[in-house]
Amino acid sequence: MKVGVVVFPGSNCDQDLIYVFDKILGQEVVPLWHKDHDLQNVDFIALPGGFSFGDYLRSGAIARFSPIMQEVIAFANKGGYVMGICNGFQILTEAGLLPGGLLHNTNRKFICKNVYLKAQTQNSLVTSAIASNQVLNIPIAHGEGNFYAHADELKRLNDNDQVLFRYCDAAGNITEEANPNGSIENIAGVCNASRNVFGMMPHPERAADAILGNQDGLPLFESILKMVNA
Amino acid sequence: MKKFLAEIDVMPLKEILDPQGKAVTGSMKNLGLPEISNVRIGRHITLEVEAENKEAASEKVETACKKLLANLIMESYNFEIKEI
Repeated sequence: MKVGVVVFPGSNCDQDLIYVFDKILGQEVVPLWHKDHDLQNVDFIALPGGFSFGDYLRSGAIARFSPIMQEVIAFANKGGYVMGICNGFQILTEAGLLPGGLLHNTNRKFICKNVYLKAQTQNSLVTSAIASNQVLNIPIAHGEGNFYAHADELKRLNDNDQVLFRYCDAAGNITEEANPNGSIENIAGVCNASRNVFGMMPHPERAADAILGNQDGLPLFESILKMVNA
Repeated sequence: MKKFLAEIDVMPLKEILDPQGKAVTGSMKNLGLPEISNVRIGRHITLEVEAENKEAASEKVETACKKLLANLIMESYNFEIKEI
């Protein structure tokens, strides 16, 4: 699999993603500079976390109009796999590739801590290798991670099995107390209706290397590899 | 070509909790202004636009609002425009 990691001015998790795909998973990875138009024939595009364009206006609002994003949107519309993590998720919602939007955390604070997640479906590229009762301990680091969708959109997300992850407690219970940022129905990640575009606020790439003492993010990447190489 | 000034207000949608506004509402009591409630905070944007007439200028501002300045999933906008 050839992976492209888009680099915007202000991205800060691009090297973490490149490291995971290259060093941990042994895949070919190329950085894709935001001003370029060439996707270099990649099979999978990842939009990293960070603060593209300083989060000016709204997180992801300006990055969405970067030259490379026109190609990423065309790639996604042709069925290509695109995943956004944290700021990448925000960019994908701003681009209209994913439903909903990310509001300020309800406590107005930047939250940087490990949280618990549960996959809500195995019918997706990023969750196919994650058991439904598996509780993942994955870090979040964001100020605007409060997922919001209108009631009718939310119904569509649930009806179409588009919710990838929900925040839960250590025992796997999806409760209000386990919701770190106010996200509607504890939603931590979603995919689009065609199931080729994915977004999540938590950072699996920060929990994929044994040296970090937490490899709970690894099953996500293994799911991706398994499906793309299948 | 004429030049117009647009004054744009972008506000969080009514159904969305505005934690910033809520915190400010809470502080009104401390100021001795308990009569003030329901503070909601958005952003005010001004911009200049060149166009043949006011209608054409409005259309451009409308496009800018819809595409970039507001996220209609979470925010609403309105604007006033005048020739400068």
